[in-house]
Amino acid sequence: MQRRALIQGAGATGLLALLGGCATSRVPESAKVVVVGGGYGGATAAKYVRLLSDHKIDVVLIEPNDSFISCPLSNLVLEGARDLSSLATSYDGLRRQHGITVVKDYVSAVDPAKKTVTLARGGSIRYDKLVLSPGVELQLDTVPGLSEAHAEGRVLQAWKAGPETVALRKQLEALPDGGVYALTVPEAPYRCPPGPYERVALVASYFKKAKPKSKVVLFDANPDVTSKGALFKKAWSELYPGLIEYRPQHKVVGIEGNTLKFEVQENFKADVLNVLPQQRAGQIAVQTGLANSNKRWVGVDYLTFQSTAAKDIHVIGDAIQLAAGMPKSGHMANSHAKVAAAAIVSELSGLAPNPKPLLTNTCYSFVAPDLVVHVASVHEYVEAEKTFKTVAGSGGLSSERNALEAQYALGWAKNIWADALG
Amino acid sequence: MKTLLARSTLAAAALVASLAAGGALAQDAAALQVRSWAATCANCHGTEGRSSSTDAGLAKLAGLDKAYLVEQLTAFREGKRPATIMHQLTKGYTPAQLDAIAGYFASQK
Ligand SMILES: Cc1cc2nc3c(=O)[nH]c(=O)nc-3n(C[C@H](O)[C@H](O)[C@H](O)COP(=O)(O)OP(=O)(O)OC[C@H]3O[C@@H](n4cnc5c(N)ncnc54)[C@H](O)[C@@H]3O)c2cc1C
Repeated sequence: MQRRALIQGAGATGLLALLGGCATSRVPESAKVVVVGGGYGGATAAKYVRLLSDHKIDVVLIEPNDSFISCPLSNLVLEGARDLSSLATSYDGLRRQHGITVVKDYVSAVDPAKKTVTLARGGSIRYDKLVLSPGVELQLDTVPGLSEAHAEGRVLQAWKAGPETVALRKQLEALPDGGVYALTVPEAPYRCPPGPYERVALVASYFKKAKPKSKVVLFDANPDVTSKGALFKKAWSELYPGLIEYRPQHKVVGIEGNTLKFEVQENFKADVLNVLPQQRAGQIAVQTGLANSNKRWVGVDYLTFQSTAAKDIHVIGDAIQLAAGMPKSGHMANSHAKVAAAAIVSELSGLAPNPKPLLTNTCYSFVAPDLVVHVASVHEYVEAEKTFKTVAGSGGLSSERNALEAQYALGWAKNIWADALG
Repeated sequence: MKTLLARSTLAAAALVASLAAGGALAQDAAALQVRSWAATCANCHGTEGRSSSTDAGLAKLAGLDKAYLVEQLTAFREGKRPATIMHQLTKGYTPAQLDAIAGYFASQK
């Protein structure tokens, strides 16, 4: 126990390397449910397996990062309205309030036959039930030139909130007045449908204040804005006249220096390039052979979120093949987690899973630091079709951008962080 | 259960023993179903209705009177209480589901 506390608290790589050989001693023998990934889906699943089993089932959560960092609200860091540190929540709540063993490590392999996961720093853990919530892998290699440009720190994605978010903010700060920022969006599905449209609004908000001669150009591989289209377009033209240019049906096929190359259209040169490539399920899901939908996303049985390729492995969040109308969002990942956790607790208790699970989604987007629009939906499991469907008549959009919803968006963030990690 | 019993490891035996002992895992399927429906509200209203950010109107639901909760949820659902989002979300639940969820929150401290 003491050694575990020492290793977890150490942080210093030297010390970790020294103790690396005994890393497995941190893992309790009694581990029954193992959760891989402490993001929106995984943290929630770990907590709810504990809650719904009245703290009877042991849970081990494996996550390489020191703390959870929220992608929602991270576009406000680009605007300058927030610090990255304000988006972080530690895993101590899961440890202390819920008795979850949080292991700071990366899962390098899963053996579905032996029911074990292997840790990058050595050792393995056996599970009765495994939950994978590894998020997305950005496929940099699908755009020639992007991997190199990204490795050099020239062309960033900042689509996993963290150091890259701060690096992109620095690039925007260094941009001279009159400079051009270009964001590219891949074909759907990708993480957070409205995220790119929120991002250009908030970068424009910064430019309007700090460098009004600058320009934002959004190249979208899709035929039109994929979420909250009318609300975004109205906000762009009314709040940032002349600052944002939207170019649909532009698919990036290469990067050379500061130039974007497109499938059909002319090349485009910008000062800051922010390229979001095609995405797929996190690496561990792909390598375990679970990505059986177009080799990109994990097919699941929606009643329990068990992978259709491996028994006793439940996959949730952005990594899965979504049912119609289900977005890749943090709120949705949190919803998946609760259905999966209830199904796992049921099964380990010898009960049938809930035959009528429900999922909700609410997604708030900032069009300015104090103005927000939302989209909401409720999804029910339809037994006859073995999928989730949006409940007819439920959900919808904001009637207009407003300040009250900005307060709700911040309240939502605090509550969902506490729901997942508190 | 079959696979658990088929396994001969100590860990599995211990798990089976704890299941047989009953305890918290002996809750019935219906209770678990209502708990997981109520959990769909937690993203905004806090785990088990204990909101940690009530300042923005994201009310704490735990411990509120059941009749009051049903009344408010029904008013949202029927468009009688104005809202930014709750009128859209409540339409996704049947009156029976809303009743069960209200009962769950009312029973929380
Ligand atoms: C700019 C932006 C804005 C957004 N805004 C919103 C919003 O307003 N509302 C909303 O609902 N959603 C929003 N999203 C989407 C949201 O961030 C994602 O949908 C959500 O994070 C998905 O949760 P997840 O659990 O699938 O993945 P993540 O939250 O990414 O978590 C995955 C975790 O798994 C870990 N991991 C991966 N592989 C391994 C491994 N092999 N071993 C151990 N750990 C591993 C990672 O370190 C990570 O912590 C936004 C996204 C972006 C980029």
